Amino acid sequence: MKLHEYQAKQVFADAGIPTPPSTLAESVDEAVAAAEEIGYPVAIKAQVQVGGRGKAGGIELVDSEDEAREAAESILGMDLKGLHVDSVLVEGAVDFVNELYVGITMDRGEGKPVAMVSTKGGVDIEEVAEEDPDAIVREHVDPSFGMFPYQARRAVFEAGVDREVATDVASVLRTLYQLWADSDATEAEINPLMVTADDEVIAADAVMNIDEDALFRQPELAEMEDDSAGGDELEAKAGEYGFDYVRLSGNVGIIGNGAGLVMTTLDLVDYYGGEPANFLDVGGGAKAERIANALDMVFSDENVDSVVFNIFGGITRGDEVARGINSALEQFDEIPKPVVVRLAGTNWEEGMEILNEDLVTVEKTLEDAVQRSVEYAEEVEA
Amino acid sequence: MSVLVDEDTRVVVQGITGGEGKFHAGQMMEYGTNVVAGAVPGRGGQDVHGVPVYDTVEAAAREENADASVIFVPPAFAGDAIFEALDSPLDLAVAITEGVPTQDMAKVNKRLTETDTRLIGPNCPGIITPGESKLGILPGNIFSSGNVGLVSRSGTLTYQVVDNLTDRGLGQSTAIGIGGDPIIGTNFIDALEAFEADPDTDVVVMCGEIGGEDEEQAAKYIADNMDTPVAGFIAGRTAPPGKRMGHAGAIVSGSGTGTAESKIDALNDAGVPVGDTPEQVADAVEDLL
Repeated sequence: MKLHEYQAKQVFADAGIPTPPSTLAESVDEAVAAAEEIGYPVAIKAQVQVGGRGKAGGIELVDSEDEAREAAESILGMDLKGLHVDSVLVEGAVDFVNELYVGITMDRGEGKPVAMVSTKGGVDIEEVAEEDPDAIVREHVDPSFGMFPYQARRAVFEAGVDREVATDVASVLRTLYQLWADSDATEAEINPLMVTADDEVIAADAVMNIDEDALFRQPELAEMEDDSAGGDELEAKAGEYGFDYVRLSGNVGIIGNGAGLVMTTLDLVDYYGGEPANFLDVGGGAKAERIANALDMVFSDENVDSVVFNIFGGITRGDEVARGINSALEQFDEIPKPVVVRLAGTNWEEGMEILNEDLVTVEKTLEDAVQRSVEYAEEVEA
Repeated sequence: MSVLVDEDTRVVVQGITGGEGKFHAGQMMEYGTNVVAGAVPGRGGQDVHGVPVYDTVEAAAREENADASVIFVPPAFAGDAIFEALDSPLDLAVAITEGVPTQDMAKVNKRLTETDTRLIGPNCPGIITPGESKLGILPGNIFSSGNVGLVSRSGTLTYQVVDNLTDRGLGQSTAIGIGGDPIIGTNFIDALEAFEADPDTDVVVMCGEIGGEDEEQAAKYIADNMDTPVAGFIAGRTAPPGKRMGHAGAIVSGSGTGTAESKIDALNDAGVPVGDTPEQVADAVEDLL
């Protein structure tokens, strides 16, 4: 779960990390009023959860009321990398002499947290990692001890941060680690951490992503979750139903159980010349109602021309799935899109018998089911 | 002809009084697994399916001389349950629970360097030696006994591949589901090492997926250390960057690491044929035998 910049900044500020004065605005008038209050120059920043906002025109630096109005008008409501901008953060501009990068993430290869510091802040850190990997200093942390002060100092000095601000930067790094650990974050990042001519350090951006599996013990952060899913109605609906769902651009709808098998079904659609419309995992032990909800999801996607249903039962039972498919489809006078079903594993034979072949096409193997669904999609397109 | 578990493995079920734990303990026993105890705090003295329940894993292991535990404990308590298993006199702990917080697993990962107990999972279907014992939720009826070792990050994909193998009479020595989380106990290399040392495993199938670099490292291990031939499958070729494809670990990072392409290339470079479909994996196994 990603926090918006304004939310992450609030969390950072509450923990004592210096941030510029800022106000969230949802209309042009609010944005202008906030800019007047803070005093120019201010930055007007789109609050969408995507990297590279600046390059995409989502961040503007303005110096007057007219400029603020113009910028807010252009940014509010814009479509930024597919996401609708509903709010902007109006923030006092920082007069900086240097831009640093500090971040904490989980190094999954090592299975432990890693702190990162670089004097090449203010640019895409993944580009720095690729082009100049030595410019980022990494310090692994033992999660049972947390980050020792010496580790923060070592990372900061090794990175070549100026002596005048090194202590403050090390302090920000330790605070950031503690926040990361206390919040069950997967990432906590400040890029850039600005250094002013007066040797002050200020977090000019804030990124914080929280482990979705830990939201149960992070109630305050869980409340910050933006359910709009960036404006994608289907992804928001999937959240309500509790499905793992990712929308893609193709026309073959895919429903299955288990992440690996659903991914494989997508890959096979592609392999047989089709284009997957989505990833939808109904999870283990899915009962009839969940199956009906899954079909509803995929039918609501107007890009979908055909649907392939691939269930390999372990905990999930083929007869339950078959009943769910029948009851969902019997509600329609006419089936909206052709559905191909393949059942295997627990109770698959009972399932096959239960399935109403007037409503669905039944195939015995994964390969045949996928090929059939791709053919149906091609027929609809033709 | 197996690795890690066989008919003699004595199993404790952590969470045996819960819905999942009770159901699958019964399924395991029906399959032939030697379930000797349950462990549930506050439920000591009860019995489930005729098996005695203890308050602690320690007592269950001591009183029933157990070797292994299977963990069916809800995510909020699973980290603690894993620690308890690792701190008891067991050789193996298998954590089925999905949704264990990653930071709990980072702490578990540290503890694993300080104990001899092996962990499989979490978020995994478990391990099965067909005809002898299963620890977990795998549907026993699709497996058959044989000489193909299997290691996979995904449950249902494992079932699919096993189904294709069994269909052609290609039985399995042991199948290990290592789990789809970013931080897990037993990884590909650990499992491959166990299969390499098993005289009765003649070919290994490795099913990976997008995210992380475990498959790339496994490829290097295969090239440098294995005589037993390996066939591979990688799920997630069509996954877009930055999206979590169900498994917490299945995400291609923005910088392009963890892609299916990089994993397939690494495996091919190590001499491992990678099937485009599960059927082609079975073809490759036939060729390698």
